[in-house]
Amino acid sequence: MTRTVHTDRAPDAAIPLGERVFWQVRDTWTVTRRNLRHFVRQPRLLVFSTIQPVMFVVLFSYVFGGVAGVALPDGLEYIDFLLPGIFVQSAAFRSTQTAVGLAEDLERGVVDRFRSMPMSRSAVLAGRTFADLIRSLAVILLMIAVGMAIGFRFTQGLLAAIGAVLIVGLFSLLMSWLFCYLALLVPGAEAAQTAGFVVIFPLVFASSIFVPLETMPGWLASIAAQSPLTHTADTARALSIGGPVLEPLLWTVLWCGGLLAIVVPLAVRRYRAMT
Amino acid sequence: MPAVTVTDVRKSFGETEALAGVDLEVAEGEVLGLLGPNGAGKTTLVRVLATLLTPTSGRAEIFGYDVVRRADVVRRLIGLTGQYAAVDELLSGRENLRMFGELFHLRSRDARQRADELLARFDLEDAADRPARTYSGGMRRRLDLASSLLIRPRLLFLDEPTTGLDPRSRNAIWEVTRELVADGTTLLLTTQYLEEADQLADRIAVIDHGRIIAEGTGDELKDEAGGQVVDVMLADRVARDAACAMLEGAQPFGDERTLRLAVDGDDALHTVSDVAARLAASGLEVRDLGLRRPTLDDVFLRLTDRPASEPNAADGVGHDAEDAEVSA
Ligand SMILES: Nc1ncnc2c1ncn2[C@@H]1O[C@H](COP(=O)(O)OP(=O)(O)O)[C@@H](O)[C@H]1O
Ligand SMILES: [Mg+2]
Repeated sequence: MTRTVHTDRAPDAAIPLGERVFWQVRDTWTVTRRNLRHFVRQPRLLVFSTIQPVMFVVLFSYVFGGVAGVALPDGLEYIDFLLPGIFVQSAAFRSTQTAVGLAEDLERGVVDRFRSMPMSRSAVLAGRTFADLIRSLAVILLMIAVGMAIGFRFTQGLLAAIGAVLIVGLFSLLMSWLFCYLALLVPGAEAAQTAGFVVIFPLVFASSIFVPLETMPGWLASIAAQSPLTHTADTARALSIGGPVLEPLLWTVLWCGGLLAIVVPLAVRRYRAMT
Repeated sequence: MPAVTVTDVRKSFGETEALAGVDLEVAEGEVLGLLGPNGAGKTTLVRVLATLLTPTSGRAEIFGYDVVRRADVVRRLIGLTGQYAAVDELLSGRENLRMFGELFHLRSRDARQRADELLARFDLEDAADRPARTYSGGMRRRLDLASSLLIRPRLLFLDEPTTGLDPRSRNAIWEVTRELVADGTTLLLTTQYLEEADQLADRIAVIDHGRIIAEGTGDELKDEAGGQVVDVMLADRVARDAACAMLEGAQPFGDERTLRLAVDGDDALHTVSDVAARLAASGLEVRDLGLRRPTLDDVFLRLTDRPASEPNAADGVGHDAEDAEVSA
């Protein structure tokens, strides 16, 4: 009989911390690969999550370029302003799919098997959010390619460009975990999606994602200025096309780090307690 | 130490009391058949024991480890094949087995090798690289069972492993089950089928309305339902009633032409010949006369006031068409 790496031990022997972390990472990676396979095997999902962001980039830049361009500083094209923002928008929209995916999993029998196995308990959630992060990064690269085809250029160098992608990745990870938690709170995939859109839409539009805050009425601008989406978009934009980086970066890291520190344990605990 | 110890376990879903105080023990190496009609609480009990549900009250231990407080340990000891196949529909059979192997913490190479072995053993090689979504019910169930066997569990739960399966798949599952038991795996098998419990289990526990209402070997349960009987079928109800009046201790039984009479003491042959002689003398026309032991069916009927299903009863055959093996 094939042995597991740790069958030689008594069944109730405590597993050393280092080994536990190792298994947690490997289980997460196993579940991540499963979720990525799911993603490429569901044409509907593949189309929705690639065509939609590309469409947004193209449509927004041509439709609003004329109007929004007026409010921009001289020499700045709308696509330059828009693209870093739309990274954030697409990450926010896509996070509802994290909720749907997890909700569907919970309705499927396979999670029952996971739960009856000696695997790491957080791997189902961590594998889901990590797979969605990888997907997010891939979609951002696709949007960059499309953006560059219609005139977008990074002006701050390669490292800054990578930084811009990574900071949106961090935001994307936060959104995935938030939506995992949401999916664990409301029953059913459709409920999770609806609840998601109700929250996401106003947040995306009341931010600096599509237009500079100065163009909004004062009350809205002051709310939008506090939004983590604004901070993330401002950071990505500064790293892409120039501007003050430090302040929005700090706010973004604070928001994302702080919320992740709260929502990850909440979601894991909720998942463990669920029957 | 027993493989399973259940002490007064209750589980309620809102108003429904799915388990109403279950006590049960399964010895290591034993095959226990948990026999009960639909809705009896079989799945609920299995899910409690497999750490998927927390009991409302009571205690359950697997090899001495509490299923709630030491769930992590219990999960290293058990395998579960649920009533509904718990495999990943979008992954192929091979990918499923490799994934579960890795999650059982096999080395990648071992997980791959073990997956291939199991695909061969469960006759799934031809379909190994198709998504499980395209599998027939029987193939899916075999893949599900294979998924519980990536490492050999000390205790395996099989929740209605053959419900709705064609005879071929059913036989395949029975065969593997027997091999596992021969290797020393303890088995807790739920079923609605008397035949299955009788064939596979060392001991049968009958569950109904969330309670264990009888326990023992098939023979013991049959004895409990009473000793041998003589059944006599006559031409019609009038003849039956006449015979009843004439034969001491005879009771109408089953359809309106039949009567049943308990065998007096151990001398079955004497009872039969005595009954035969008196019926012959009376001139009543006898269609059938026989010495019988109560079947598990009689046991079940007596215990639950409901007949049990048979493997080919209506709910079993409905899936046959869906179950036709699809080959690649
Ligand atoms: N999740 C649940 N929510 C509510 N009722 C349930 C749930 N699971 C089982 N039940 C009820 O508990 C009883 C026992 O069900 P179950 O254990 O599935 O029986 P069996 O497996 O013997 O058919 C049934 O009345 C069933 O309707
Ligand atoms: Mg059941």
